[in-house]
Amino acid sequence: MEKTFDVAQYVDCTALILDLEINPEYRESVIANFEKIQAIAQLVNEFLLPEIEASPTFEP
Amino acid sequence: MNDAVSIAAAIQEGRLSAVEVAQTALKRIAERQELNCFTAITDDSALQDAQQIDDAIASGNNPGSLAGVPFAVKNLYDVAGITTLAGAKINAENPPASQDATAVAKLKQAGAVLVGTLNMDEYAYGFVTENAHYGATHNPHDFNRVAGGSSGGSAAAVAANLIPFTLGTDTNGSIRVPAAFCGIFGLKPTYGRLSRAGVALFSSSLDHVGSFARSVRDIATVFDVLQGYDDRDPVCTQRLPELCLSQLNSGIENLRIAIAGDYFTKGAEPEAIAAVQQVAQALDVTNYITIPEAHRARAAAFIITSCEGANLHMEKLRSRPQDFDFATRDRFLAGALIPSHWYIQAQRFRRWFRDRVREIFQSVDIILAPTTPCFAPLIGQKTMILDGKEILIRPHLGLFTQPLSFIGLPVLSVPIYRPGSLPLGVQLIAAPYNEALILRVANVLETKGIISTHTS
Repeated sequence: MEKTFDVAQYVDCTALILDLEINPEYRESVIANFEKIQAIAQLVNEFLLPEIEASPTFEP
Repeated sequence: MNDAVSIAAAIQEGRLSAVEVAQTALKRIAERQELNCFTAITDDSALQDAQQIDDAIASGNNPGSLAGVPFAVKNLYDVAGITTLAGAKINAENPPASQDATAVAKLKQAGAVLVGTLNMDEYAYGFVTENAHYGATHNPHDFNRVAGGSSGGSAAAVAANLIPFTLGTDTNGSIRVPAAFCGIFGLKPTYGRLSRAGVALFSSSLDHVGSFARSVRDIATVFDVLQGYDDRDPVCTQRLPELCLSQLNSGIENLRIAIAGDYFTKGAEPEAIAAVQQVAQALDVTNYITIPEAHRARAAAFIITSCEGANLHMEKLRSRPQDFDFATRDRFLAGALIPSHWYIQAQRFRRWFRDRVREIFQSVDIILAPTTPCFAPLIGQKTMILDGKEILIRPHLGLFTQPLSFIGLPVLSVPIYRPGSLPLGVQLIAAPYNEALILRVANVLETKGIISTHTS
């Protein structure tokens, strides 16, 4: 059976592991915002990058 | 012209006193309170500082290039003795800052007189300055419209002629968008070129400080004062300052200028595209270049901002989410849940995109693009019709600014007016560290009368 991604479930579980309680009053809006983020991230994630490192600025 | 340079000259030559200038600015600010630009007014210290400038001049000393010029800063800059609000109710509980942000200190050293701090979107997360705690800042050209954001108070205070220049910050467009909506100049310099020390961060990978003013020479003067290495900001460049004011009249012969095509010509009202054409025509520019994958650059900037912003405010998101502005809270909460892979991919894409744009700058010096896709929306307006489709306005306002700040390019938004119309902006974009070239082009446009600021 094909597994489908359940945004609400993801939001609930990830918030739990981050110890980030999401008030039921905001939950629907947070889910809607995450759906938006997911669609936007798709534009970056689907792009095939060559071997390239992010530009690090850390200096030991 | 009542810009900073002319005010400083009048004070230095004894035609005006710094105290008189400060009093006039404070009076104007009081008279235009309904615009809601300021969140704090520093009357007492401003008048004291102005008196010191007058005393220095009377003693034959030179107080600096901004002698007696009143200015104000977005309220996420530290000002000694004032609590840095960052547009948040939560931060109002913090103790006052113990020292000035580097940028504020440098301006004071150059003789400028701080008169207050300015309204913004909470934690700089917005393009409209409709702040649930501190109210909306109104556009001086139309009271019912937004000033833009997140540095809305900074832009409106200059456009209303309350003070000649202000400081703001730009992560995704927060200087350029309000500059365009308010019809003034807004400079977002190269990433890391000006110190952010003492400025509350939003998304460190993308945060810049910059200025608003009503003339090109003011933008250049303030930029020159603010340059220089600062070990208090880990991303501040160690390059030596390159003074720009003295280069303004070097002309633009031999400069290769092009219009940003494709992505930067779509999703906008015709007037925004026409503004770019107006500038291009004045510069005799007809050729277009393509910045590849600009839509993905904007997406990656969005992901980085969401992750870094949420991480920065995580503790408060856990302990008191009810005290956030409803306009930022749910976006921050959702941003906290982004998988790390998405963030790292966005950072890797940033480097790829930077390399492509570097290639473009091998054959071009300046690129022209619209600043915003539309005029300033009405306060409270949620959607607009574009190309026959209803879209959400707020996220759309950064359409043309986000892909550029994403890779830290220097950009000046210049004001374009058409009679009977609201102002719009055009972005003059250069390769990193080429602010001087941008300002030379802006100077030509200003001299020709193509760009100019109108105060309301």
